[in-house]
Amino acid sequence: MATRHRVARDFQAPPLSRADVETLSARANEPDWLLQARLAAWDVYETLPMPTTKDEAWRRTDYRHINWASAGYLAAANGGTYNDIPAANRQPLLGEQQGGLIAFVDDQIVHREINAALSEQGVIFTDLRTAAAEHPELVRDHLMTHAVTPQDGKFAALNAALWTHGVFLYVPRGAAVELPAHSIFYTSQPGATLGHVLVVLEEDAQINYLHETLSPTLDTDASFVGVTELIVKDGANLRFVNLQDWGHHVFEFSHQRARVGNDGQLDWITGQMGGKLVKAFMEIDLDGKGSWGRMSALYFPDGKQFMDLDTQQNHNAPHTTSDLLFKGVLKDDARTVWQGMIKALPGAQKTDGFQANRSMLLSDNARADSIPGLEIEADDVRCTHAAAVGQIEEEMIYYLMSRGLPRAEAEKLAVDGYFVPVLDRIPFENVRDRLMAYVERKLLGTS
Amino acid sequence: MGAALEIRNLHVSVEDQPILQGVNLIVRQGEIHALMGPNGSGKSTLANTLMGHPAYDVTAGQIIFDGMDLLDLETDERSRLGLFMAFQYPVAIPGVTVANFLRNAINARMKDDDPDSKGIPIPAFRKMMIDKMDLLRMDHSFGGRYLNDGFSGGEKKRAEILQMAMLEPRIAIMDETDSGLDIDALRIVAEGVNRLSGPDLGVLVITHYQRILNYIKPQFVHIMLDGQIVESGGDDLALRLEEQGYDWVRERQNGNGR
Repeated sequence: MATRHRVARDFQAPPLSRADVETLSARANEPDWLLQARLAAWDVYETLPMPTTKDEAWRRTDYRHINWASAGYLAAANGGTYNDIPAANRQPLLGEQQGGLIAFVDDQIVHREINAALSEQGVIFTDLRTAAAEHPELVRDHLMTHAVTPQDGKFAALNAALWTHGVFLYVPRGAAVELPAHSIFYTSQPGATLGHVLVVLEEDAQINYLHETLSPTLDTDASFVGVTELIVKDGANLRFVNLQDWGHHVFEFSHQRARVGNDGQLDWITGQMGGKLVKAFMEIDLDGKGSWGRMSALYFPDGKQFMDLDTQQNHNAPHTTSDLLFKGVLKDDARTVWQGMIKALPGAQKTDGFQANRSMLLSDNARADSIPGLEIEADDVRCTHAAAVGQIEEEMIYYLMSRGLPRAEAEKLAVDGYFVPVLDRIPFENVRDRLMAYVERKLLGTS
Repeated sequence: MGAALEIRNLHVSVEDQPILQGVNLIVRQGEIHALMGPNGSGKSTLANTLMGHPAYDVTAGQIIFDGMDLLDLETDERSRLGLFMAFQYPVAIPGVTVANFLRNAINARMKDDDPDSKGIPIPAFRKMMIDKMDLLRMDHSFGGRYLNDGFSGGEKKRAEILQMAMLEPRIAIMDETDSGLDIDALRIVAEGVNRLSGPDLGVLVITHYQRILNYIKPQFVHIMLDGQIVESGGDDLALRLEEQGYDWVRERQNGNGR
């Protein structure tokens, strides 16, 4: 064993340096406080080892096959434009009216529009760098301070030090925004991009927000190191939809974390379709009394795709409710890991936590690992979990075929139906349709 | 002259165990047949073999429908050809509404006829579904429910009949093998058959419930025993079963030297 270990490849870090941080910040003329924050994060990054399969959270996720020579240098803008992004992704989410839309190609912002209705309500929806210049106090207060922090992990620290682009969505107190906000990170080349999403809802604010990450499939490895921070203050209500559709050459390492204040509500839905290897930490902290958080996911890897979704529902206050439903369909040699933890702190009485993970295997070679967990320190709680992995039911397919549906269509209908409980939570019809079309492409093997 | 379903000397095994041992039967469009027989005689095996369930292994014989050998066809192809089976135990399809499912099923037929077909327009589909629901005296809210998901036994039977009405098969097989235990289910199926029957529909009702004549009037009654059809006749045969049970059939078989 020992010998075999020595010859195995190491868990290597990307070839990035402190000088890259300084160059990046200087080139963008960032304010000094931001440079200092980046450098401090770099110091944290340097003190942390690269995660290995000896770390519990990474035990099943071996990323040693990443080619950092291709995936590890910072991707520089190469003239990509808004029109490079597929038209379907640029459509308004509801009806004809665009709420806010911000799009990046690689690390460059290529499009920004914001409906006057949003501006009039005081909504700030802009790229993170502009926000840092124009609203330094808001950004400084919230950027990697409340939700994700550099100490959360090697890749969290790396993003904090070297985020290449980002979105800032701020909804002021009491603003109930009707039109949705929408942002897109599109990458067109190999190399590394480090995207950041920072959402702040002040007290009693409300909005629906869709964030998408996507790319075409390229021949050589790329990496995306992402951080998403969702800060939902007292009485605020955020519905956040996150769709990931990377090409099959992308390694994603991301930390996503939400904090919810008193009586706040967060409805968080994620769709994971692409990527070569995805490791995403997704965490909800129910900090305020009476807060509510729901996490839903649908994912559908095929080929040799690997997805590891690591969730945590933290009940930090009494009378909090969390509900998690993750549903996956796996084809070919795909592999998924879901590792979910519900934690209840000692004072978190009358909490209600639930988690369910379901996986449908469409091939004998696919594998889904489902690892639920509970850490309950309060005594008056109700926390439950459920997990199931199974093949598609042949009796179901036979029944559908007996009504004239060819096998492929029968399978599609069964899979659609399987995803419906999650799809129904997405408030944008055009996004639901896109996901259905995506599922069809995956099933027919044309994705 | 309508299409006929012809079963010729059919032998079927399940897990290498012979179940059907030479079944012969012809069902034509416009005819109503009842296939009766005690438990374990092979009735359900016949139904599932006709529809092409992969667990049933045809070891000899033929099934000809409208001149085509069904044994060469997949389950979905048999359906599109005009064969329908009402399941004894319909399968729940969570997340798929009755309406969505039926539209997909109808579109599959249209695409089979014409690969460029865009399918049935939604308003036309809705009208068709509502007309059929009215014909079957069903609640319109049915279309929005997930297929068979959480349905009561009676609702499942209604859903099967609605599917039959929408797909307009030429030959329908009603597998009600065990439904003798549930008079209500049999009554729903019988009412559906009575409303839908006509010169274009041939029906094979499979049951062991001996009082079926209270609900349905078959022109032909067949009795299956040990994997063969041993008696065929008119509804007098069903009357005799109702009065005397199956013992006389078995005795006659034994008397024949078996």
